[in-house]
Amino acid sequence: MLVAKNISKKFSGVTALSNVNLELRPGKVNAIIGENGAGKSTLMKILSGVHTQYEGEIVFKDKVVKFTNTKEAEEAGIAIIHQELNLVPYLSVAENIFLGRELINWLNMVDRKQMREKANALLQRLNLNIDPDTKIAELKVGQQQLVEIAKALYTNAEVIIMDEPTSAISDKEVEQLFAIINQLKADGKTIAYISHKLKELFSIADRFVVLRDGTTVDAGDMNSVTQDELIQKMTGRQLNLQKSGKLISNAEELMTVKNISLKHPLLRFTNILTNVSFTLHKGEILGVYGLMGAGRTELMECIFGLHPKNSSGEIKMKGKSCKIKTPADAIAAGIALVPEDRKLHGLILNQNIKTNISLTVLKQIEKWGLLLSTKKEKNLADNYISRLAIKTSSDKNLAKNLSGGNQQKIVLAKWLATHPQILLLDEPTRGIDINAKAEIYKLMKTLADEGMGIIMVSSELPEILAVSDRVLVMCEGELTASIPIDEATEAGILTYAIYKNELTA
Amino acid sequence: MIAQLKIGSDTLKRFQSLIALLILCTILSFMTDKFFTADNGLNVLRQIAVNICIATGMTLIVLTAGIDLSVGSVLALCGAVTVGLLRNGVEIPAGDLFVGFTLLGAILGGLLCGWLLGWFNGFAITKFNVPPFVATLAMLTIARGFTMLYTKGHPISNLGKEFAFIGSGSFLGIPVPVWIAAIVVLLAVFITQKTKMGRYIYAIGGNEQAAKLSGININRVKITVYSFAGALAALGGIIVTARLDSAQPNAGMSYELDAIAAVVIGGTSLSGGKGSVWGTVMGAVIIGVLNNGLVLLNVSPFWQQVVKGGVILLAVIIDKAGERRD
Repeated sequence: MLVAKNISKKFSGVTALSNVNLELRPGKVNAIIGENGAGKSTLMKILSGVHTQYEGEIVFKDKVVKFTNTKEAEEAGIAIIHQELNLVPYLSVAENIFLGRELINWLNMVDRKQMREKANALLQRLNLNIDPDTKIAELKVGQQQLVEIAKALYTNAEVIIMDEPTSAISDKEVEQLFAIINQLKADGKTIAYISHKLKELFSIADRFVVLRDGTTVDAGDMNSVTQDELIQKMTGRQLNLQKSGKLISNAEELMTVKNISLKHPLLRFTNILTNVSFTLHKGEILGVYGLMGAGRTELMECIFGLHPKNSSGEIKMKGKSCKIKTPADAIAAGIALVPEDRKLHGLILNQNIKTNISLTVLKQIEKWGLLLSTKKEKNLADNYISRLAIKTSSDKNLAKNLSGGNQQKIVLAKWLATHPQILLLDEPTRGIDINAKAEIYKLMKTLADEGMGIIMVSSELPEILAVSDRVLVMCEGELTASIPIDEATEAGILTYAIYKNELTA
Repeated sequence: MIAQLKIGSDTLKRFQSLIALLILCTILSFMTDKFFTADNGLNVLRQIAVNICIATGMTLIVLTAGIDLSVGSVLALCGAVTVGLLRNGVEIPAGDLFVGFTLLGAILGGLLCGWLLGWFNGFAITKFNVPPFVATLAMLTIARGFTMLYTKGHPISNLGKEFAFIGSGSFLGIPVPVWIAAIVVLLAVFITQKTKMGRYIYAIGGNEQAAKLSGININRVKITVYSFAGALAALGGIIVTARLDSAQPNAGMSYELDAIAAVVIGGTSLSGGKGSVWGTVMGAVIIGVLNNGLVLLNVSPFWQQVVKGGVILLAVIIDKAGERRD
């Protein structure tokens, strides 16, 4: 049906996919499995015409195809339903289904009546009892997803790619979705189903393809493997970084987090985090692992005071209860957060290195409590530029002109300048080169040896194992395990990241 | 060699509004001998003093990626309140009290009024998430309405020599409004370049999320900036009123547009984080010189408007072209 041969793709020099082979069999649900960053989404984007620059070839219905945009892929019969849905919230269901291919009448005007009727027929096919005039914004996420499927059906898609379709919907909606997938299968449609919820895959998928580090590891029939075997395939790396963590036993408690919960801002009765509790010790590096949507970033944000309205729970600093309602409170308590997306949340890209570093500590460089001392600011910036080995010709260079690794060092510098006791690092090495990574690991070790408590959120298991002293594993908003480094293995961690209920020890 | 050229183009960009101004002045000097005289220079400065006050406040707001459409109405209301306090004081019916105001007291009252109106703008924008455009558009109408109510639609005139001095007097040969505008500019330059507050303003406009995560109290900074701009609009109102020796109920109509024009011509980005008070001063001077020159050349007022609009558009196009080169 659809075969991808030797697909390779690079993003500005970094290999995302190398020689991936994939075969989607007709009339089957083909599961595409892999850790975060294994290349699943990139591959699907190539198949659906989002990425057009790649090596290798795609054969669709025995013909080599090369799409130059999503519209071409759609016309050929390949539709993708993204994790973040592509619907216009304030247009109706019918208007969304026909967006960009509106039906027109003899006056060249939009034929609402016909669109409504056809939309209704499509919705009936999906057992979705809603009025096609309903605005998308009034629908639940699960229903919105079905509208996307209706859209795909209307274009007569033969291959439907679903990217993490169950990440935001309730169990009941999952059942509904599966019923529809089975129906689509019976109609002869080919489904590519991306997910890391293994349990779910065993009930819906016929075949599997495992990706790891941008290459295909294995493929086969779903009923020929067990869950443990799949996990093994997802993680079994040849190359392992050396563990370097130490066991922390009687060290002083720095921070104790008790029963942190976070309500979903839109969905009532849904929690992003549920009763997360843990303790961070002096000099400890705590690795936090979880798959996409496990709530790791949100946990860091709660600790840093970014969700004052929706979060609950207690944070104790050195045994004393501490109210953190804003980032300023967190900073005052000695906490620093290096955010996941440095360009969006960490830096002011159009400002220079100096002003970016000093932003968190402007009070310290004031003279007479009134004006900023240029000299003190320069000393501060130059001190961190040399200490963190930021490669730049001057502290006046703009942040946007630096490499990813150096940008990350600026963000680290601005937070180290506040002399925190606790450093929260969210994906500290994402998108930076190997040398800068090594430097950041080394810096973390040094800081921990000086007594700082560090929490590092990471999607990379080797990194978690290489740097952490203890590993916390999260799954769907809950803490599922706390593993001392000497007992931690890739497969063990991943198991806790995938299963919530069965294995809680 | 390439590096040198690059520095050259950077400098060019930084001083582009100054260069434009010099070219404009040179051309006008050749076209009419009435232009390049001390008297005419002071005349231009006196005319733009009010716009400089307002546009300075506007610059700080635009640097946070906001906008204030209410300054013209705030100017009118605060001008009227100032002379109202000066002439009639405040009668408190309950206690049969009468509070009179000295000149300084009345001025401070007027400035406080502007500060409070600006504070209200900032409050609506930060606490209720009203977009700045909408919140200040509402204030534009509200403040104008209160001006009409307060003055009952009639001008308040004959305000005394002392008060008129603020608008028409001179000190050391330079008109008082120009002194006031100069002090306002120096104060704003000091705030933006030398203080924590200034850094916060640029940081919020440059990346509000990053600023928030850096522990900056975004709401407090924004409210302060809108309040400050309100007070500067009030100051402009006091100057206008003193100059005319009369508080006009429809004073300051469409002044917000001149202020925004000065900010934009001065190279401050409406998306925030980029620009300067000096640039705005240049922008205001360019508008002033252009107005003055066109009058001296006997160009019809209708054409003057067309030219002014063209200059605004041109300034932004040049700015954007520079950004693309980066």
